Amino acid sequence: MSKDSESNKISRRNFLGKAGTGIVGSTILISSIGAADKTGPDLAEAPPIDPKETDILNLWVNGKKQKLKINPSSTLAEVLRNKLNLTGTKIVCNQGACGGCTVVMDNKAVYACHMLALDAAGKKVVTIEGLLEGEELNHLQEAFIEKDGLQCGFCTPGQIMSAYALLLSKPNPNREDIMEAMSGNICRCGAYPNILDSVLLAVQNKN
Amino acid sequence: MSRKIIKSKYDLYEEKIETIAEVPSEKEKPLAPNSKLKYVGKDVNRYDGYDKVSGSAIYTIDKVLPNMVFARVMVSPHPHAKIKSIDVSKALKLKGVLHIITNENTSEIPWYYNTSKLFDKHLRYQGDEVACVAAETEKIAEEALSLIKVEYEIMPHVVTAESAMKENAPKIHNNGNFGRPSEYTRGNFDEGIKQADVTIEDTFTTQVEVHNPTEVHCSVVNWDGGKLTVWDSTQSIFSVRDNVAQSLGLNASDVRVVKKYMGGGFGSKLEAGKYTVMAALLAKKIGRPVKAAMNRREMNLSVGNRPDSNQTITIGTKKDGTFTAMSHIAYGVMGAYPSGSSSYWPLRSIYKCPNIKIDNKSIYINAGRARPFRAPGHVQGTFALESIIDDLALKLGMDPIELRLKNYTEVDQDGDVPYTSKLLKEAYEKGAEEIGWKNRNKIPGSQTGEIKTGIGMASQIWWGGGAPPSYATLKLNSDGSAKIFSGTQDIGTGTYTFMQQIAADVLEIPIDKVNVDLGDTGTMPYSGGSGGSMTAPSVSPAVYDAAIQMKQKLISNAAAILEVDESNLIYSSGNISSKNDSSKSIEIKDVVGKIHERVLVTTGARNENPNGYAINSFGAQFAKVEVDTMTGIVRVKKIVAAHDIGRVLNRKTLENQFYGGVIMGLGYALMENRVIDDYTGKVLTTNLHDYKMPTMQDMPDIKVIIVSEEDNLISPTGVKGIGEPAMIPTPGAIANAVFNAIGVRIKSLPITPDKILEALNSKS
Ligand code: FES
Ligand code: FES
Repeated sequence: MSKDSESNKISRRNFLGKAGTGIVGSTILISSIGAADKTGPDLAEAPPIDPKETDILNLWVNGKKQKLKINPSSTLAEVLRNKLNLTGTKIVCNQGACGGCTVVMDNKAVYACHMLALDAAGKKVVTIEGLLEGEELNHLQEAFIEKDGLQCGFCTPGQIMSAYALLLSKPNPNREDIMEAMSGNICRCGAYPNILDSVLLAVQNKN
Repeated sequence: MSRKIIKSKYDLYEEKIETIAEVPSEKEKPLAPNSKLKYVGKDVNRYDGYDKVSGSAIYTIDKVLPNMVFARVMVSPHPHAKIKSIDVSKALKLKGVLHIITNENTSEIPWYYNTSKLFDKHLRYQGDEVACVAAETEKIAEEALSLIKVEYEIMPHVVTAESAMKENAPKIHNNGNFGRPSEYTRGNFDEGIKQADVTIEDTFTTQVEVHNPTEVHCSVVNWDGGKLTVWDSTQSIFSVRDNVAQSLGLNASDVRVVKKYMGGGFGSKLEAGKYTVMAALLAKKIGRPVKAAMNRREMNLSVGNRPDSNQTITIGTKKDGTFTAMSHIAYGVMGAYPSGSSSYWPLRSIYKCPNIKIDNKSIYINAGRARPFRAPGHVQGTFALESIIDDLALKLGMDPIELRLKNYTEVDQDGDVPYTSKLLKEAYEKGAEEIGWKNRNKIPGSQTGEIKTGIGMASQIWWGGGAPPSYATLKLNSDGSAKIFSGTQDIGTGTYTFMQQIAADVLEIPIDKVNVDLGDTGTMPYSGGSGGSMTAPSVSPAVYDAAIQMKQKLISNAAAILEVDESNLIYSSGNISSKNDSSKSIEIKDVVGKIHERVLVTTGARNENPNGYAINSFGAQFAKVEVDTMTGIVRVKKIVAAHDIGRVLNRKTLENQFYGGVIMGLGYALMENRVIDDYTGKVLTTNLHDYKMPTMQDMPDIKVIIVSEEDNLISPTGVKGIGEPAMIPTPGAIANAVFNAIGVRIKSLPITPDKILEALNSKS
């Protein structure tokens, strides 16, 4: 995903051109993820470098079934980042205080740094990467570009996943709903006004 | 286009920074006004937006190399101690541990200007480094830290400036607890005070603020024989390169530092970290790449902060408000190693005053060392200065803006030279109108009712005009696409995007044909660190120059291809055609396609700054607050930020950066505070529960007004930086608005509910 070849870049930006024209991208629905029958490679078979990787974890991540051998003390954030290479999920405070690691689990926003991975057993987890359809952005992600809801971008995946969870439970939130739902997501760059506007735009584009 | 070599001079605080730089020899025709341009000044979406919203942006903390191992640093749990012994044997036995370095098995690498070492036995703060473990996984490295046995000799600590300044205080360094003082005089302060009809004096204090960028400080290092590559979460790739090379005894050319995406710095990531050098030592030993990362706790202990301040300001004025004398006597803590804590600069520079006395002391304490933090000294200095000026206005029975205008200066007070531009008056005017200045309480605190509203303002001065050397290379391909390379960095501020905009406008090609790569010392021309609001004003003229040269090169090549004299060719919308023969026309991509190399390359340079001028940015912010007199809670309802920042390059990213500065200023004004327990010497605020930062709920309505257009005395792009100006006046404006609401002056930041309630009690 990070390849910097010129063609790749250009195709992405051509795509971005759409964001400005108000064309709404597709949204992955949790229900369709549940129905998906994709299975990831069985990572539980790989020999552990950490001798404490003793437990088997089964869960769904972005529509794929995963079976992983993990250290039972691992958090969900660690497993997503280190075992599945889904580094879009960021760790900021690692303590449940900032929302940087927000992912959506069974339709609800959770702090992935603040729960044991084993507690996600059998659950359906969606990360920022799961919002993409191939290279194509979700309408919420597009709105964050259009309204510039980010600066350094490090808190952004958490912000977007928080907003995503909000929209699942409340498709037409007002300003106050958004401020309430997203007050657990710290943006040290202080892009809050634009983050709010991004979510509002996503709601508007959806309707 | 000819070049020349100059000694570039740039003022930052007292420091006269001099560097040798290559610059265009002649003054270039400036970039057209924004109204005539397609991209510059417009709401162009961020170039790196896709990567950042998709989760595909790879930050240093995300970087994984094949066979990579992890390093974790063990830090001192004590504020002041000496290491008596270290036993790593048990830790080394843990399966998966690869190597451990301490003062016992590494050479003495000097650190902090020779006042300490990479591993020093003398630990001067809770957070000073003791050992570094490399292991197969981060978890194992972490576990190994708990198995290292260290015997400490505990020493007496001192964690406040007041106690550190005492005669018999524990000494942190052999030569005591005082750093280099900042002293300055202009005219004669005592004479000035004698001439005054009215004098005012007061003391203001501010707290220590911690940067807390979201991405922790981290590096990934990899050796390739004697050459080292460092991926670093940094604001300054070339500084890291030089620091690391020096520490390891390497040539700078053997160290390559790469930074693509970085999760915030705010001044804390301008230098190389010890963890980077430790990772390099471990990687060398183990023969595998190493990732070293801090955790949030260490972020709150070790990698910088804004020093606190205790500022006593005296101002003497004539009855009509004309300042006759000003003094700024202050001290602040810079932590355990050399840094600075002075806060006088706004007082010294923003108003006209012939007689000035300054004495600022920087004090060592047993705590993490201060680093530059978004407008070092200016945020705290502006809070104090602008607070006392409002008090003085009240004393004189003047409108606070009128008093500021009375002492307005058109010339730089130090050098007695004019500013390239100064539109502070315009900022006052527009800002006052937008906030509804005339509706503020004429008598502060006069509203009845539990919730009182108030309006206040503060002014801002900063440098941020940029300087050479700063270079950008531009490559034009035969498919018509262009690529810019520059050793600067985008720290979330929109550098990628404005470089793209400028090149697209000059070459008159669609913006999506322009790509930008930044942040690699190994492959890109030099540009400075991204701090001090220097990036855009330094690098935008460089990319402009590269594009102008490219245009010329294309015309020359087209002349040869078409066999038409250059002077008969017209460049328009990426097309070159003959004035008199319309059949003679060629697209620029075909020009590139026809030449042998199929690529054209130019390198542009930042121009020389003009002689005989001072370059500063100016602004004023206005705050509207609501104070709940029952709970003491302050809510900032609105901030108007009216600024003179030269040309706007990108309206979207500019406003966003202003929002960020204002919100960070709000956090500093109302909540952020590093707390150290005096008795144990330990920091109590080491996580984001205890260290409070603003959330979306705290966000005011923010209105950004730019009063300036391009300032072409500075450069052909006419830009001044905005990173620091956005934050400088916010706390002062909020403090003055609180005073206007409740009629009692809160002289200490942060303005927390307890202080409000106490002030209200003492008033009644
Ligand atoms: S990183 Fe999980 S809440 Fe902060
Ligand atoms: S964009 Fe930098 S922390 Fe939010």
